[in-house]
Amino acid sequence: MSTDSINDHPSNGEVQQLTLVEAITDGLSTEMNRDESIIVLGEDVGVNGGVFRATDGLYEEFGGDRVVDTPLAESGIVGSAIGLALSGLKPIPEMQFMGFMYPAFDQLVSHAARIRSRSQGQYSCQMVVRAPYGGGIRAPEHHSESKEAFFVHEPGLKVVAPSTPADAKGLLTASIRDPDPVIFLEPKLIYRAFRQDVPTGAYKVPLGSASVRRTGSDVSVYTWGAMTQPALIAADHLSDEKGIETEVIDLRTLSPLDVETIVESFKKTGRAAIVHEAPKTAGLGAEISTIIQEEALVYQEAPIQRITGFDAPMPLHALEGYYLPQAVRIQEGILDAVEF
Amino acid sequence: MSTQDETDPSIAEIQPDSNIESEFDQVFRILDDDGHLLPGVDPGLSGDKRLAMYEDIKLARHFDQRAISLQRQGRIATYAPMTGQEGSQVATSYALDEQDWLFPTYREHAAKYVHGVDLPSLLTALLGYREGYAVPEGVNVMPEYIPIATQVPHAMGMAWGYTLQGKDDRAVLCHLGDGATSEGDFHEGLNFAGVFDVPSVFVCNNNQWAISVPRERQTASETIAQKAQSYGIEGIRVDGLDPLAVYVVTREAIRKAKNPVDGERRPTLIESVQYRYGAHTTSDDPSVYRDEADADKWRKRDPLKRLENHLYQTGLLDSEREAEIQARIEEQVATAIETAEAVEAAPEQIFEHVYQETPDRLQAQMDELNELRKKYGEGAFSGVLE
Repeated sequence: MSTDSINDHPSNGEVQQLTLVEAITDGLSTEMNRDESIIVLGEDVGVNGGVFRATDGLYEEFGGDRVVDTPLAESGIVGSAIGLALSGLKPIPEMQFMGFMYPAFDQLVSHAARIRSRSQGQYSCQMVVRAPYGGGIRAPEHHSESKEAFFVHEPGLKVVAPSTPADAKGLLTASIRDPDPVIFLEPKLIYRAFRQDVPTGAYKVPLGSASVRRTGSDVSVYTWGAMTQPALIAADHLSDEKGIETEVIDLRTLSPLDVETIVESFKKTGRAAIVHEAPKTAGLGAEISTIIQEEALVYQEAPIQRITGFDAPMPLHALEGYYLPQAVRIQEGILDAVEF
Repeated sequence: MSTQDETDPSIAEIQPDSNIESEFDQVFRILDDDGHLLPGVDPGLSGDKRLAMYEDIKLARHFDQRAISLQRQGRIATYAPMTGQEGSQVATSYALDEQDWLFPTYREHAAKYVHGVDLPSLLTALLGYREGYAVPEGVNVMPEYIPIATQVPHAMGMAWGYTLQGKDDRAVLCHLGDGATSEGDFHEGLNFAGVFDVPSVFVCNNNQWAISVPRERQTASETIAQKAQSYGIEGIRVDGLDPLAVYVVTREAIRKAKNPVDGERRPTLIESVQYRYGAHTTSDDPSVYRDEADADKWRKRDPLKRLENHLYQTGLLDSEREAEIQARIEEQVATAIETAEAVEAAPEQIFEHVYQETPDRLQAQMDELNELRKKYGEGAFSGVLE
């Protein structure tokens, strides 16, 4: 797989080679050491270290009062986290999979997102809801969901989706220190797909800032999370085989979007493709496409392409390779934008 | 399998064994740990039925071992083992009449099989094809539920619906785990069931663990059965490792759901006290969070062994017959694996059954995928990171 373009955090002092999930654990541990008001809670996060081992070792390091195994109840986990935040703590609730987040949906959209506005700024709800999301790991039904649009649609929430280990730690740190509730979506397909130099100690990757993973002048590709990898693979193929140079923008934060970076890249290339694994209709691709048209219509050379999951439930694992955007589908979509 | 030709013994006649350890306090049982019938109890099933139940439990255990092995070989994906729990699963389905409905979770492979789902279907879903969720015509089994406790209000609603329509001949049996009792849906479903007095039976398979979180971290109540009191329905604890006791208790709950006597409430919450011998799923490692010596203690009450001992003691089983049964179940499971593995990938299936009529936009998406399959071959769709 291509990791050539992943050099967003050149080593500046001490680094260690970590996978994305290890970088998240490191980020949690670093912040918990720095700030005693942080507590981690959720089903299996303690003794078991999380079903993906994202909280591995935290129970031993910080004890059962700060790394709390809760009863199995998503609404209860997020609802109590809201109360913990109102009490002055900084809770980091874990949803075991994004597909199990729906019982907590009411707590997130009716309350977490509105506490600041409802109290006219008097109260806030500082917390980070972590959830592994996306497909490609042969998981059972409801374990491969990619429904970031639900949360992006809700004013008051911020939504983050890293695609590299160094970003994962830096964005998580920024999310924990952010005064608003953040939905932190972890692309589980690449939890352990590659390692990268991750700075030790604390550092922030600012929220609301996209990253240019690959520069190019012919077409812009907008993506995030696990889809950044196949987008880079497709871009390399098109460069090698057809001399088409694709600029790949990893959005990193989905709410708020980095409109400036999105628009500036489009002004340069005049052509765009958006890649996401969620269903196409009313997915985030529709929003990005509209932003481009609102802000840069006169630069547009071709219809904007969306390469996405289908408007069908994610299939069981035998067929998920067909459902998720592959390098070939992404290539074809980019070509449709270039050869219009 | 499920049709009843037995008398329904009264639960009131069965006394809890006063000598059992604390986790089995106030738990109904019929067989002692060695499989002897306790004095003065009626297992409520003919010899032939008890033998058939034994064969189904034995098949379930063999299926479980084969499924774990197939997962280890990479032939099926994540699997939720049921060893230790299959006695209760089989027994609850034996207590159903054919027209009764079954709402399973992702672990009730044996309960589904006994109520009419074929073995290859169970494996087809595990091989990653949604066709495996298809239920044969006339078999009243819902596809498995993976989100926790969400099936509880559904089961209650179906039972309510049948009552509203005057269809009083059927009950609904809903499985759930001890973790599910923490979810809001559990409370809402049981509360409605009590309020509307519907013919529903909720079987909580209390296997002591919700992945790594022990039963005592799910609820501070002494038992799960006692939660029934909050909803104005009956709660009962049964030894989930005693298939005959589970049968008797469930059968009585089904009877009551359909034909309550004056003043009797229809719904029942059964706490089937059991133990998950193995991992939550093949993706889980229980050695991280629990003591295996604890599991060994529960294994001494193994449901298969206890029923087997009972059948030997009563002359219903001998070694020759046991060998015949063993050969038969091995062949059944082997044939099922062969049948399931013959299923071929049909990517068009992604687009089927999303709506009754496929919308144009979905048809167009399928056409687009098929064009790309033709152009690049199936290998291009084997993995995202390639």
